[in-house]
Amino acid sequence: MKYLCLICAEKVMEQMTEAAAEQHFQEYTEFTDAIRTSGHYLGCNRLQPTNAAITVRVRNGKMSTTDGPYIETKEQLGGYYLIEARDLNEAIQVAARIPGARLGCVEVRPVAEDKQTLKALGFVDSETFR
Amino acid sequence: MALNGNDSKKVCEAIDAVYRSHSRHVFATLVRLLGDFDVAEEALYDAFKAALEKWPRDGIPVNPRAWLVSAGRFKVIDAIRCRVRFEPLPDYIEEQLAVDISDELDGEGIEDDRLRLIFTCCHPALPSDAQVALTLREVCGLTTEEIARAFLLAAPTLAQRIVRAKTKIRDARIPYLVPTPDMLPDRVDSVLRVVYLIFNEGYFASSGGSLTRPELSEEAIRLGRLLVELLPDPEALELLALMLLQESRRSARSLPSGDLVLLDDQDRSLRNKDYIAEGLILVEQALSLRQFGFYSLQAAIAAVHANASNAEATGCAEIAGLYDVLLSINPSPVIELNRAVAVAMRDDPLAGLALIDAILARGELTDYHLAHSTRADLYRRIGRITEARASYELAYNLSQLEPERLFLERRLLELQG
Repeated sequence: MKYLCLICAEKVMEQMTEAAAEQHFQEYTEFTDAIRTSGHYLGCNRLQPTNAAITVRVRNGKMSTTDGPYIETKEQLGGYYLIEARDLNEAIQVAARIPGARLGCVEVRPVAEDKQTLKALGFVDSETFR
Repeated sequence: MALNGNDSKKVCEAIDAVYRSHSRHVFATLVRLLGDFDVAEEALYDAFKAALEKWPRDGIPVNPRAWLVSAGRFKVIDAIRCRVRFEPLPDYIEEQLAVDISDELDGEGIEDDRLRLIFTCCHPALPSDAQVALTLREVCGLTTEEIARAFLLAAPTLAQRIVRAKTKIRDARIPYLVPTPDMLPDRVDSVLRVVYLIFNEGYFASSGGSLTRPELSEEAIRLGRLLVELLPDPEALELLALMLLQESRRSARSLPSGDLVLLDDQDRSLRNKDYIAEGLILVEQALSLRQFGFYSLQAAIAAVHANASNAEATGCAEIAGLYDVLLSINPSPVIELNRAVAVAMRDDPLAGLALIDAILARGELTDYHLAHSTRADLYRRIGRITEARASYELAYNLSQLEPERLFLERRLLELQG
């Protein structure tokens, strides 16, 4: 099964001292290497801080935008890993090794893999539906 | 030498087969060698990953299990070297890794690892629901999501139960051992109880849309067989006999539509004859080995039911007698209720009703839907419709199982005119 691990922390790397940030980067390098080797890795990205965010809505065909993230909290979504794991407990184990888990928290969300979703997103193997 | 496509497909299939038959063995041994569930799970994962890389190239090793154990262990040593700066593993794991294991990989003693794993998962220091969850995940290899589905729980709830149990095992240093002979009887009780809980939740689901959850009963029977194979304990034999004889009735207990069928109306030709035959042999073996016990008596009762070719032929007197003995060694209101049913069949419904009313008058089983539905059924048999209706309604309101509620609803409609 696939799980999305969302990394949330109050203090993001942009706010760290240079030395602390450098060590944090190094930890991410090693963690990402490790899950690439173990085969858990599917994808990941770091996000720019929330002051770069803009929120978009469309109502009655009209678009409106507001500055900042949709949810205002102290903790910011700073990045994510998409992983493959046997089950939720294995995903939790991997998530616990993400360096950000020691600074903030990691939300583990199972990826929907029902037929309807897979079909809607164009992920279904074309052979099964031919 | 690289294998061609066809051969490498065969190797992948072989790895798949090894995973299905050996992954839990390898895990159990890794837990012993590494001293930690989570580290062992990572090692297991890494070992199979290494197999997928190496076996297509080098061929399948002579002893795949030993290969996987030592590959998993080496991966942990590697991992320690890589990440020691940020997440040093606990000291005891390094101590474990310093031990030379070359003598241990040839199968001697490895069988015991599964038993160690069962005893650790069913350790009395863990809450009962955690024992069940841990046993299903670590011993049977079910995923968290599968177990959550079977028990109608949200996956995060169950996942946390497992995390907490593992933390407890780690923090309390619960040993990974088969208990010493003086401790064994108590600890075996706790293991058998977990297996029986898993079976019962599969056989009499406590709530939900389906009467039974076969996947749980099957796992329980598989565990029962494993215990019989690994433990020279007559009670394990008795529990397996009980589960087989109960399970033999599964397809007769509900219609293809999912509707419930009462024991009296069950089509006995739908029973699983292999399970009955195996169960009967085990009951005889168990009864010849020792005196009546909690599981053997229930197995004996199930055996009387299984031997009968129809409802009339069922030995009510024998069953009532067995319940008397069972009640004397294991007093419980639910067993009293079952005995009341047997007495009602042997003598007459009024005798059964008197026994049930006595239980309810003590304030016991008043929230148990089966006490009220049994009472209702006995009143229905003697034509006292008002009392029957009142009890069916109580039962209906207490039941959380959809097929049962439908059945009770039908009974209420029948009694309306």
